[in-house]
Amino acid sequence: MRVLLVDDETEFVTTLAERLTIRGFKVDYAIRAHDALALAENNIYDVAVLDMKMPGTGGLELKGLLEKLQKDLRFIFLTGHGSEADYVAGSSASAGYLVKPVNIDILIAKMNEAVQI
Amino acid sequence: MGGTPAARLSRHPYVLEAVMSILNQLKPEFWHNSESSTGPFRQMFNFRRIWKMAVLLTSLVTLLPLIFITTIDYNYTQKSIESENLLRTLRIGSNAKRSISFFLSERLSALSFIVRDNSLAELRETKKLNAILINLRDSFKGFVDLGVIDHNGVQQNYVGPYSLEGKDYSQQPWFKEISEKGLHVSEVFLGFRNVPHLVIAVKYSLADDSFYVLRAAIDTTRFNELLGTLELSARGDAFLINRDGIIQTPTLFHDKFFEKMPYTVPEYSDHTEIREERNTAGEDLIICSAYITDSPYILIIVKKKDELMKPWRATRVKLIGFLVVSITVILLAILGFSTYMVNNMYLLDQRRLSTLHEMEYSNKLASIGRLAAGVAHEINNPLAIINEKAGLIKDIFTYTNTCTQNSRIIEQLDSVLASVERCGTITKRLLSFARHIDSAIETIRIGDVITEVLDFLHKEAEYRNITVNIDVADKIPEFQSDRGKLQQIFLNIINNAFAAMSVGGRLDISVRREEESGLVAKITDNGCGMTESDLGKIFEPFFSTKTKVGGTGLGLSITYGLIQELGGKINVTSRLGEGTTFTVTLPFHPPQKSAEK
Repeated sequence: MRVLLVDDETEFVTTLAERLTIRGFKVDYAIRAHDALALAENNIYDVAVLDMKMPGTGGLELKGLLEKLQKDLRFIFLTGHGSEADYVAGSSASAGYLVKPVNIDILIAKMNEAVQI
Repeated sequence: MGGTPAARLSRHPYVLEAVMSILNQLKPEFWHNSESSTGPFRQMFNFRRIWKMAVLLTSLVTLLPLIFITTIDYNYTQKSIESENLLRTLRIGSNAKRSISFFLSERLSALSFIVRDNSLAELRETKKLNAILINLRDSFKGFVDLGVIDHNGVQQNYVGPYSLEGKDYSQQPWFKEISEKGLHVSEVFLGFRNVPHLVIAVKYSLADDSFYVLRAAIDTTRFNELLGTLELSARGDAFLINRDGIIQTPTLFHDKFFEKMPYTVPEYSDHTEIREERNTAGEDLIICSAYITDSPYILIIVKKKDELMKPWRATRVKLIGFLVVSITVILLAILGFSTYMVNNMYLLDQRRLSTLHEMEYSNKLASIGRLAAGVAHEINNPLAIINEKAGLIKDIFTYTNTCTQNSRIIEQLDSVLASVERCGTITKRLLSFARHIDSAIETIRIGDVITEVLDFLHKEAEYRNITVNIDVADKIPEFQSDRGKLQQIFLNIINNAFAAMSVGGRLDISVRREEESGLVAKITDNGCGMTESDLGKIFEPFFSTKTKVGGTGLGLSITYGLIQELGGKINVTSRLGEGTTFTVTLPFHPPQKSAEK
């Protein structure tokens, strides 16, 4: 499964990428929206795991942009803030929604679930 | 059968206690709580002072005029009764004087008529004189004898019980007096028969410058009867004295005749006089005196002031009784009314305070909620990094088999991951505490909600042998509310109850309909209960008695917030070691504000 990770927390995103790689996923990561878009232009992904709140382009906005590039891409949102607005927006478009810190097994389950839809 | 003194003494404190408890019950609510505390929630007024002022002022304004008027009336009535007494005595005195004067002048006139109607020769005839005496006795009572005395003072003829014919009166003072004045009324004296009587005499001048005198003795019984018939109220005494103060007629207070009366002899006056005097026994007397014209007598009427004022004393008792009753009624009314008013003010103020408290509490919870959300958000990101880093380390060890011999490293990593998860749980709860979920209103049957919640806890109850009784009244209607919030509310409360109970506990859940407010749910456990100081803090965020066993102290804060969102109320009562009861009141129609949200 090809995964695109986008989060402004470098430490978080690199470590998560490494852990997923260990588990056999093909993972690319970006810490800024435009890096993510650049990656998406050149590569095909099954799932994008996006942080909800990022400086500049936020998770929801980025989702829109990525959807334009790859129609079949599935999304899972991560957030440090369990606010309801995020929840509603996140869950509306057939996307998963997880609150940090996240259990990696649950994340993987969500990703599998998302891909199967 | 009153028991020993010791037993009576031992009963005494109970009586005192009973009286004190009645007094305490009578004390209005504000009495104990009127000390104004400081700070923003202090009471607006010092109710005890207001009450005192109200009672004092109204009492002064109402009682002073009453007392003033009553005092004036008291004095006025007393004075008028006194002067009325004086006037009445004076009138009686004056009437009595007239009667006595008339008595004497009537008899003197009779004698005058006789000496004019009969010649001296006729009067010298004993038979004739006797006939006259008989006529006199028939017409005017009291005549004892009759005598004719010539100008030499020798009695020429006499009819009566004694033989006084030939008696010479020429040397007696009265004979000298009558020759000058023409008539005579003697003082009372005891005659030969030792019977008190007086003598009257008239002079008849003849053409040859000589004269003779008709003299009659009169029994004073008639006189005494006259004085006795005076309407003297209050044991008044009426009697005659001569000019020297010697008593002439019987008196009530002095049985002996011819003694000097113990009062001052009045000075001569034409009119009836009245004065006050104090007797030897120290009693105040009213003494009325009148000189009887053409006689040596002074009429004296003595009344005891004390006796006279007896009717006044009865009036006075009535007046004072009226005053006392009036004051008591007025005071009771003032006390009752002031207490009622001030207590109502107090209750209103209390309501104001409790509203302020509630507002402050809500605000506090809201601020803490916002703070908590911020903190949770900030912590979640570094927590996520720790989680991933530790996870990666574990992954490295696990996937590369680098460290299979040293299982302790994996244990430590698992412990780190578990702690991170625990932190995550806390921050998630913090976030949900602050969360304002959109109301997903649906039709609710409260019994179903409670059953759903208990399904979560079913296993635990079974495991710990806790009996759960659910009693939901039939007549509770379905109503519109948020199922998720209701579930969370009941889950939190029931969870707390479970935590408080030991093995074999008992949980009672009852739901009743209340006409006004909607439904009332009571969740009662027989667990460990809590102290009063804990009770005051249980809805505050981060207050927990279970911190050692994983409590976050947010459960009841969240519950409080949720119930407020639904427009309800939560109350808790608890006794340490006996159990706790949570009472949740929910309206059937949630407030408009929450519905709009």
